[in-house]
Amino acid sequence: MNSFTYSRADAVDTAVDERASDQTAKFIAGGTNLIDLMKENVERPNRLIDITRLPLNSITETVAGGLRLGALVTNADTAYNEQVIQRYPLLSQTILAGASPQLRNMATDGGNLLQRTRCYYFYDLATPCNKREPGSGCSALNGYNRIHAILGTGSPHQTPTCIATHPSDMCVALAALEAEVRVTGVNGERTIPFADFHRLPGDTPHIDNTLQPDELITAIDLPANGFPEYFMYLKLRDRASYAFALVSVAVALEMDNNTITTARIALGGVAHKPWRKPEAEASLVGKPATKENFQSAAELLLAGAQGFAHNTFKIELAKRAIVRALGQAAKLEPTA
Amino acid sequence: MTPTATLEPETVFTPPALPIPTSAVTLTINGTPQTLQIAPWTTLLDALREYLDLTGTKKGCDHGQCGACTVLVNGKRINSCLTLAIMQEGAQITTIEGIAQTNTDAPNGLHPLQKAFIEHDAFQCGYCTPGQICSAVGLMNEGKAKSTADIRELMSGNICRCGAYTNIVDAIEDVMNQNPA
Repeated sequence: MNSFTYSRADAVDTAVDERASDQTAKFIAGGTNLIDLMKENVERPNRLIDITRLPLNSITETVAGGLRLGALVTNADTAYNEQVIQRYPLLSQTILAGASPQLRNMATDGGNLLQRTRCYYFYDLATPCNKREPGSGCSALNGYNRIHAILGTGSPHQTPTCIATHPSDMCVALAALEAEVRVTGVNGERTIPFADFHRLPGDTPHIDNTLQPDELITAIDLPANGFPEYFMYLKLRDRASYAFALVSVAVALEMDNNTITTARIALGGVAHKPWRKPEAEASLVGKPATKENFQSAAELLLAGAQGFAHNTFKIELAKRAIVRALGQAAKLEPTA
Repeated sequence: MTPTATLEPETVFTPPALPIPTSAVTLTINGTPQTLQIAPWTTLLDALREYLDLTGTKKGCDHGQCGACTVLVNGKRINSCLTLAIMQEGAQITTIEGIAQTNTDAPNGLHPLQKAFIEHDAFQCGYCTPGQICSAVGLMNEGKAKSTADIRELMSGNICRCGAYTNIVDAIEDVMNQNPA
């Protein structure tokens, strides 16, 4: 780990000002990803601004009838919060599918959104990586790419700049729930719809999201509808616990008898951000919950998917995972 | 032959010592307040092992993947390798050395989990054991495990490369059955 200076922020405004005055500074809260990356020398901040003492650690009601998750609430406290369990069980289930109990006790909700990819080449300083070192190349493209992206990597006629995936489970549920990210910067507050928070790699894969350098996440707002009746987070991985998703699916449905009236489907482990496809979701509305309809939706969601040497299996895996998760959410299939 | 120049006597180059910015950090370790003068990049794990000689907490992977460094901070289990000691200013830290004291029934004896690990032979080399026991104390504090499957899932942050998992789960289940939540 490189040396750095440390300061403890006592107000959001001063934290943001301090960050704006030093482009090499970083905020630190749970630290579970940042400290790891600093040990690997992937992240080399000159200054850490400790935000853990800021008053952003409560879960409160919003005027819109939803819940506001303070950015510093831990993943564990969110997953086990009674209101979250009752009203947003998809979110609770999704958080508990990620990391380990120790990490969930440390990691914060705001920090979860800012996790960086677990691409091996991003961590390996001896190899080129456009995300770590813009312009140096992508080692995953012709390397070992079993865990990498199959969607959103660019057009088939173009060489992708980066095929890393976003590692978060929680963000897959937040995408399906259409949460909003509240941020504060030197120019004041703004709200970012979840779909616009993370970005595709394009020509600037070193930029993971649309947060400005001086901005601090203060909260995540959940809308009133938490889909408490029909939901499922299905995570497929190399071992049963404590592993990143190869493919994951968050499903939230509203049903009128056997007819689907609202459908949300978000995929994890397949792209640079949680992946949704409005056409696929719309294709299910007004239709009965049947395997055939689920299969059609899965085809629409995976349209344009592109595999690389070792991850083509993810395309079929994702389709089958979507069909199963929809069946489980609609209570046509057992969940265990 | 041209005369060779007289070589200067070899000098040892000593780089100027850089001042290491240290700060005073006070942590309550196993009930005793301790003030350390440390650099900000000192992890809680290194503070315990290198500055306080509390070497019961182990450094396994140093990346939050193995759980050997698990300690309790304000009653909650965390990976001490992934937090900076300076960030824990004012916190109550319980390490494996303090686990026995946390059991009020037997102030001078082993914690029931420590006894159960011995009774169930829940280790081979023992390197992961302090982390396993601290994690199990945290699991019991959380009170979310209701079944054997829950214990396995909620202990997944602690790796045992000897593969003593079956006996580890048995030991924890034994203690949970003695103290149903």
